[in-house]
Amino acid sequence: MTSPEDQGWLHPAPALWHMRQAELGVVTVVLALLIGPIFTAAFGGVAGVISVVAVGAAGALTAWFVRRRFLAWRYQERHEDLIVARGVMVHRLSVVPYGRMQFVEVTAGPVERMFHLSTVKLHTAAAASDARIPGLAQDEAARLRDRLTELGESKAAGM
Amino acid sequence: MEPADGEWHRLHPLTPLARSGRVVPALVLGFVISSAHTNGGKSSGQGYILIAFGVISAVVGFIHWMVTRWRIEGDTLRIETGLIRRDSRRLPLARIQAVDIFRPLLARVLGISELRIRLAGSGSTDGKLAYLAESEAIAVRGILLGQRHEPDGVTIDTPERPMATVTTGRLVGSVLLSVVSIVLIGTVGTLLVLDHFAPRAATAAAGVLAVYLFSFASVMWRRLSGQYHFEAVEAPEGLRIRRGLLQTVSETIPYGRIQAVRQVQPFLWRPLGWCRLEVDIAGATRRNQRGEGTGVVRKSLLPVGTRHDSWHMIVRLLGGPAPDRTPPPRKARLKAPLSYHFLSAGHDDTHAVCVTGRLNKETTWVPLEKCQSIRRVQGPVQRLLGLATVHVDVAGKSTHAEFRDRTVEESDHLVGRLSELSRQARRHPEPPPAGRGRPESPGVPAGWYADPSGRHAWRFWSGEHWTEHVGDGGTAGIDPPHPS
Repeated sequence: MTSPEDQGWLHPAPALWHMRQAELGVVTVVLALLIGPIFTAAFGGVAGVISVVAVGAAGALTAWFVRRRFLAWRYQERHEDLIVARGVMVHRLSVVPYGRMQFVEVTAGPVERMFHLSTVKLHTAAAASDARIPGLAQDEAARLRDRLTELGESKAAGM
Repeated sequence: MEPADGEWHRLHPLTPLARSGRVVPALVLGFVISSAHTNGGKSSGQGYILIAFGVISAVVGFIHWMVTRWRIEGDTLRIETGLIRRDSRRLPLARIQAVDIFRPLLARVLGISELRIRLAGSGSTDGKLAYLAESEAIAVRGILLGQRHEPDGVTIDTPERPMATVTTGRLVGSVLLSVVSIVLIGTVGTLLVLDHFAPRAATAAAGVLAVYLFSFASVMWRRLSGQYHFEAVEAPEGLRIRRGLLQTVSETIPYGRIQAVRQVQPFLWRPLGWCRLEVDIAGATRRNQRGEGTGVVRKSLLPVGTRHDSWHMIVRLLGGPAPDRTPPPRKARLKAPLSYHFLSAGHDDTHAVCVTGRLNKETTWVPLEKCQSIRRVQGPVQRLLGLATVHVDVAGKSTHAEFRDRTVEESDHLVGRLSELSRQARRHPEPPPAGRGRPESPGVPAGWYADPSGRHAWRFWSGEHWTEHVGDGGTAGIDPPHPS
């Protein structure tokens, strides 16, 4: 079994971290703008300042967590299978043989498109298999999709 | 007419009768209700409407029969049907997972049967040929399950080896020893006692509970009538199950199609040492379920049996003794205090096995050949204790083998080892069961094994010596083991 220190692990693009930061920043600012005036009106100026600071702190804490999550996500294309590892609280590691792939799904939501990113997901006959790699640069996602499709066809195994 | 001659065939001429016969009970019921409501008098008008319904259904049935035809084209079965919206369906033989023959009560009287073909994979649907003559249905089943039309292949009665039967007494006992029946009997008993002391309250309660009681009773009846006269036999083309009281069913599962075997020992059955066996086979994907796992059909292999029966069947299905299991380390008790009792798992070169559950002890065997993916999951509590769980996923949503709460070193080792073993198993698919066991020595149970002479796919081992019965796909033949 290869350990995380081994060579060959690939990571989502750094743009995913930027995307997460942007998402988080927007949410934090919107929350602060909403909660600040409400608290100021209800309990006075001090409460408003405290609430805005609390929202900011919560945002920073989430950012730290999201950063760890981003760093934990990695994948490795091996000779016969794809390994995806992720998770901070719950560590998950999936090994999906190319021959078992039913199809590869590449999705890119509106925010992902702004950062030129895509998510690649592998589907097998088992509902429980979760091999999902978010935040791949679009050309890397296309390369991975083509390679996985090609390998899946050459190694396909029946039910 | 040979089913495999490549010509178009029609369904059995009695099909319209059997199809429209299905609505007769509903029509009779409707007639009775309508005449009861109108208190005689002008009920004749409604009677005519019902008769018209009957005639229309007969005409529709006849048209359906006229426009439906099927033929076997090389390695696909083609079924065409539909008058206005033509429906042409091709069922590739290579993707067939199981073939079932259904015989509802009316069809049994008429001597015809319905053939249902289960396919795997997304976008596929089950095929259905309703109805065929009984002998024809059996012949078509043989072809669909891998029998190639060899002109000299003589189809004779294949020797079937019985694996297990369920006596009526035990079946009734198993149905009574279920949660449903205990609730039903308890409620009825309470109502009877209540009736003795407070008749009006009892009547009111009975009125409220009637629907539930009726549905509970019908669940019990369905279990009883569905599994009545249960018999599992080993045939050359697969495992065959026959069961049913009014509607009889004969299911055939090719050996290589089993995705998982499950043994359940319900809490109430454990004192008696009973258990039930189920297998999962891949089925058609539901229409609205987009790629989220292939549909899985669960079939009962043994509705109720002793542990010895079930052990015997498992040995035959796995082709050898089951892999040894080991319990997780003691510290896992801290994480899973309740379920630790039965928790254990293990694997050998071809199968993984795990035991879970506390009230109902569930044992799952998964052929590594069918493994879809392997996952290692480690939650926060597990990380504190230095534990991790390894899942072996197979097709579908419900079943997978899990090596729960093993040490981190063992789980790392398992991920590598299991993916390696499943890769090897995929590359060299299993021969039919017990193909691995070399039955040269007496004491190996009788059954179909890989032919040692190599001339045929399978040969029947009587328990002491090789017989002259051989099988190739669905064709059985006679060939002495040692030609003089």
